[in-house]
Amino acid sequence: MLVAKPGLDGHDRGAKVVARALRDAGMEVIYTGLRQTPEQIVEAALQEDVDCVGLSILSGAHMTLVPKVINLLRENKAEDILITVGGIIPDEDVPTLKTLGVAEVFGPGTTTQDIIQFIQSHVSA
Amino acid sequence: MELVKRLLQKDKRACARLITLVENDAPEARQALKELYPYTGKAHIIGVTGPPGAGKSTLVDKLTQYYRDQHKTIGIIAIDPSSPFTGGALLGDRIRMQDRATDPGVFIRSMGTRGHMGGLASATKDAIKILDAFGKDIIVVETVGTGQDEVDIIRAADTILVVTMPSMGDDIQAIKAGILEIGDIFVVNKSDLDYADKAVMELEMMLDFNLQKKWRPPVLKTVANMGEGIEEVAEAIQSHIEYVKREGLLEEKRRVKVEVELLEVLNKYIVKDILEKAKKTNEFETLVDCIVQREIDCYSAAEKLLQARNS
Repeated sequence: MLVAKPGLDGHDRGAKVVARALRDAGMEVIYTGLRQTPEQIVEAALQEDVDCVGLSILSGAHMTLVPKVINLLRENKAEDILITVGGIIPDEDVPTLKTLGVAEVFGPGTTTQDIIQFIQSHVSA
Repeated sequence: MELVKRLLQKDKRACARLITLVENDAPEARQALKELYPYTGKAHIIGVTGPPGAGKSTLVDKLTQYYRDQHKTIGIIAIDPSSPFTGGALLGDRIRMQDRATDPGVFIRSMGTRGHMGGLASATKDAIKILDAFGKDIIVVETVGTGQDEVDIIRAADTILVVTMPSMGDDIQAIKAGILEIGDIFVVNKSDLDYADKAVMELEMMLDFNLQKKWRPPVLKTVANMGEGIEEVAEAIQSHIEYVKREGLLEEKRRVKVEVELLEVLNKYIVKDILEKAKKTNEFETLVDCIVQREIDCYSAAEKLLQARNS
């Protein structure tokens, strides 16, 4: 599992809490740190051979950053990797993100248990 | 095997997938390792060990930058601990290596220890072989943060850096057995902090005791996050590998490594074989119950399992 923070916002408390919860659920979680470019995230996902990438975005730039990540994964024939997005995502953007290939969007109020269950049921391990 | 072919053609996804297979001890992994072994043995393997927070990942990042400037390709294996309770792990060494993430000459892989003691993950040695066959000139293995006794890295690396920092303890710590015996090069990182010179002096005194060794490990000061002292560390690594080759020690070191590894693999094969047979008949569980009830002891039970295998 790769937990990544693309873009310029510096709020990674959420990403760290999620990373910790997934760890406690028995997953190996790679945390990339702040301010990653889509290229850095995709390269990390490929080298680490992850099953799932969780993107945490609070800056409002999700409609720019998420499609870039998805396209780069496609270019590398890695569309099998599950993509989830968390953070502040307006409801009206969620359907578009899902058509692009995002498996699920986790907004405020989501419990870590919801995230764990979603990932466990969508990744065969 | 298709994956091995792709690995040799420098396909990074094949490299990543092969490492996953060896981590999971998948049946295909053995076949792959058999096929790629002839292509290994070319890389210089550098081990980096030391206490948590001493700056290992940052130092590895800066060394990588130095080697990239010299057009060398680098493979990095960064190991972090797995939870003994859930098996989960938070692998955070990549955070310090962000600038390297998109460099095609660098391949970084994080590994959880998955219950393996000694500072490495059980699949680390096989992951090194995969990166070696992948064609990396230098492979850097960063151990988990180590305390005093996690010295497995001596069976994996050609050159070992022990990274420490000021105020880690008094001179008694410096003369204890274990990790301080295994360094080919000592690095006192964060040497802009107080007592850096004291830390250097204590290490120097400890090393001066050991006169029979031909190689006297240097003690170097760095401030890795500022890039200070990195060139000196890289030069010391170069002198060490030249020394090792000149004295014919590389062959010797690698022979010892292979011996240990062959025993490990043999152990794994035999244990697996015995367990597979015993699980079919439920004999293993039965024996465990008997030991708990104090009807039989561990040693006699193990002998029974061995006999069952041979019969």
